Amino acid sequence: MSDTPTTPIEFRRYTQNLSPAIPIAIQQATGQFFEKRNARVAELPEWELLRDVGHRLRLHTLEHLDAYLEQAATSLSAAGVQVHWAMNGAEANAVVLDIARQHNVKTIAKVKSMATEEIALNTALQAAGFQITETDLGEFIIQLAGLGPSHIVVPAVHLKKEEIAQLFKEKLGVEAPPDPEQLTAIARARLREVFLAADMGISGANFLVAETGTLVMVTNEGNGRMCTTLPDLHVAVVAIDKVVPDWESLATLLKLLARSATGQKLSTYTNFITGPRKTKGEHGPRELHVVLLDNGRSRMLASPLTRETLKCIRCGSCLNVCPVYKQVGGYAYGWFISGPIGAVLTPQLLGTKIAAELPYASTLCGACAEVCPVKVPLLDLLRHLRRRVAEGDATTTPIVSPVLRGVARGSAIALGTPWLYRLGARLMPLLQVPVRRGNWIPSLPAPLNRWTMVRPFMPFRARFRRWWKHHKKNE
Amino acid sequence: MHVQLFITCLGENFFPEMLESMTTLLERLGITPCFPSEQTCCGQPQYNSGFEAEARSMARRWMRTFSHSDAPIISPSGSCVEMVRHYPHLFPEGSEEHTLAIELAARTFEFTEFLVRQLGVTDVGAHFPHRVTYHASCHLLRGLGLRDEAKRLLAAVRDLEFITLTEEETCCGFGGIFSVLYPEVSGAMLENKVRHIIASGAEYVVVGEAGCLMNIAGGLHKAGSAIHPIHLIEVLAAQGGA
Repeated sequence: MSDTPTTPIEFRRYTQNLSPAIPIAIQQATGQFFEKRNARVAELPEWELLRDVGHRLRLHTLEHLDAYLEQAATSLSAAGVQVHWAMNGAEANAVVLDIARQHNVKTIAKVKSMATEEIALNTALQAAGFQITETDLGEFIIQLAGLGPSHIVVPAVHLKKEEIAQLFKEKLGVEAPPDPEQLTAIARARLREVFLAADMGISGANFLVAETGTLVMVTNEGNGRMCTTLPDLHVAVVAIDKVVPDWESLATLLKLLARSATGQKLSTYTNFITGPRKTKGEHGPRELHVVLLDNGRSRMLASPLTRETLKCIRCGSCLNVCPVYKQVGGYAYGWFISGPIGAVLTPQLLGTKIAAELPYASTLCGACAEVCPVKVPLLDLLRHLRRRVAEGDATTTPIVSPVLRGVARGSAIALGTPWLYRLGARLMPLLQVPVRRGNWIPSLPAPLNRWTMVRPFMPFRARFRRWWKHHKKNE
Repeated sequence: MHVQLFITCLGENFFPEMLESMTTLLERLGITPCFPSEQTCCGQPQYNSGFEAEARSMARRWMRTFSHSDAPIISPSGSCVEMVRHYPHLFPEGSEEHTLAIELAARTFEFTEFLVRQLGVTDVGAHFPHRVTYHASCHLLRGLGLRDEAKRLLAAVRDLEFITLTEEETCCGFGGIFSVLYPEVSGAMLENKVRHIIASGAEYVVVGEAGCLMNIAGGLHKAGSAIHPIHLIEVLAAQGGA
C-alpha cells in the first residue's frame, strides 16, 4: 500500500544511500521486458502509425470526456451497474466503505489497480476493520512486505527470489527455497482460499468502453477474473481518464498496451465485464458498482499540455527504458507511480510543493517519450513542471531553492551579457589556477563539489576568439 | 557558401581544439565560416531548469546576434541547436519575435545534420587509423532525430575501425542540472557508460556533444582509463595519424 505523501518527497535523500542490489534486480527485469517489447514492435511495420492513432484516440477522448463519461455512465446503468462519482480519494474510499458495510463484508479479494493505490483504498479499508488481500502475485508479495508498488506493471520488481522466500517465511510461516515455481505455488494455495472466502471483490479497470459500459481488465495471472466472478459483490474504482469511446478504439489500445507493457501480443487474460450476472446460471457478481474517480483530473484536463498526461495507459514502458528509474527504482519517486510518468503525474496530483524534486529527476534524455505508445510528451511536461516549481503556479508560490534561483539568475546575466561573458571566459583560466592539477580540476568547493564528487572538472580553456583573429589574418 | 558559427559556451570554454577543427573542416569543404562575436550562451541551462523568463532574455540576445546574416547557423552541439528550435515557444504567437525565432530555428543546424542532410556529404576526406567506439548523445539522437548521421560520417573515415558500444543510445548521466541535483544517480549512470566504453576495447570514444564529452571524459579519467575521449568533429577533421 502506498499512502499519500503529506511532506515533500525527497528524491535526492532517497537516492543518496541506494543499495547496489536494487539497480541490478531492476535492470534485469526491465531489460527483459524491454527486449520482448522491442521484438513485438519489430513485428509490426505499422507501429509508429499505431502510436499515432493511439495518441489521437486518447486525446480525442479526453477532449470530449464530458460526453464520453455521460455515455459510459448511461451504458453502465443500462447494464445494471450502480454508478458512483467521486471527486477525490476520500469520497471514493467512503463510497467503497459504505458498500462494504451495507453488505456486511468481512474479507475482500483485490485485483491490482493503480487507481486504488492512488487513493490508498487498502489503508482506508483496513482501518475500518476489513480484511483485504491483494491477489496479483507481485501485489501479494509487496502487501506482505508492507510496501507499495515499485513499478506500474511489476510491483515487486525490486525484490529478488531470495528476499521473497524470506518474506514468505516471516509472514506466512512457510519455509521454501528461493525457487519462483515453489514460491508461486505457495501464494497460489493461499490465494485460492482468499478467492473462495471473499465477500467482495475490488478491482480497477484498464479501460471502460463508453458505448457498452464494459470494464476491461488486462492481467496475466487470472486472479482478476477470480476476484470479479467468485464474490457476489464487485466494486471497480475507475479513474475518469480510463474511458474509451468504443470497441474499435479499444482494440487499438489493447494492441499498444500489451506489447508495450510486457512484450505480449495480447495479455493472457483480457477480461470484459458488462454488468452483473443477469440469470441464475451466469457467472459474475450479483451486484456490480463502478466508482468513477476524478481526483484532480478535471483540473489537468483544463490545460492542453497537462491534459496530455492523462493519455497514459499505464504500460510502464517509460520506466523500462528510463536510465534514472533503472538506477533508483520506484520508491525514490515517493508515491504509487514512478519513473518518468510518475515524475510528471505526482506533481500534478499532489502539487509541486510536495513533489518539487520529481520534475528534476530526469536527464531529459527522451528515451521515455520515444517509446510511449500514446506519445505522452514527457519532456515538455517535465520542463513545464520545472517551470511551475521555479516560477510558481496557481496553487503554490515558487519553491525552488534560493541557491538554484541565484545560480539561474546570476548565470543568465553573466552568460547573457557579451562583455561579461567574454571577461569571464578570460578570467576563469586564471581563477582556476589554485584548484587546477594538470589537465583536471579534481575537486571544487560546495556546491560545485556536486560535480567533482562524481568526476573531475575540466579546466576553462577559452582561446577560440584569439585563434579566430589569427586565423583570419593569415588567410 | 557562408555559414555562421554558433560555437556554444561549453565549446568555447572547454573544447577549443574542436572549434578550430570545425572551422578548418568547413573550409576544407569549400565553405566560408564567419563568427558573430557577440554570441554567448543560448539559454538552455535556464530553460531546462524551469527559468523561462531568464531563458527568454538569453534567446532574445542570441536571435539579435545571429539575425544580422542570412547564412545558415552551424553548431557542434545537438542540445544547443535543439534549444534554438524551442525558441518559438518562448514568444507569443504572431509576435515579431515569434516569427524571427521560427525563421532562425529553420536555418540552425547541428554539424552532422548540416553535413549529411543539408550538404549530402558523408565522406569528408578524414583519416583516423584507430579503433573507435561511439556514444550516441540524447539530444542528437532523440532531440534532433539524428540516428545515423554521425555513424555514416565515421564509416567514411579512412582506416577507422568502428566498434559498436553496448547500450550506445543510453544516456551518460549528464543531463545538465540533473548532474548537480542528483550527483549519486548521475554518477551511477556514468559508471555504467564508462564500464561499457572500457569493455569495448576502443582507443577512442567519440562523442558529438560537449556536455556528454565533459562527463564521459571525467568518468574515464576517474576510472584510470587510457581511452581517449574525443569530439566527433576532431575525428572528421583529422587527416594524419592523429
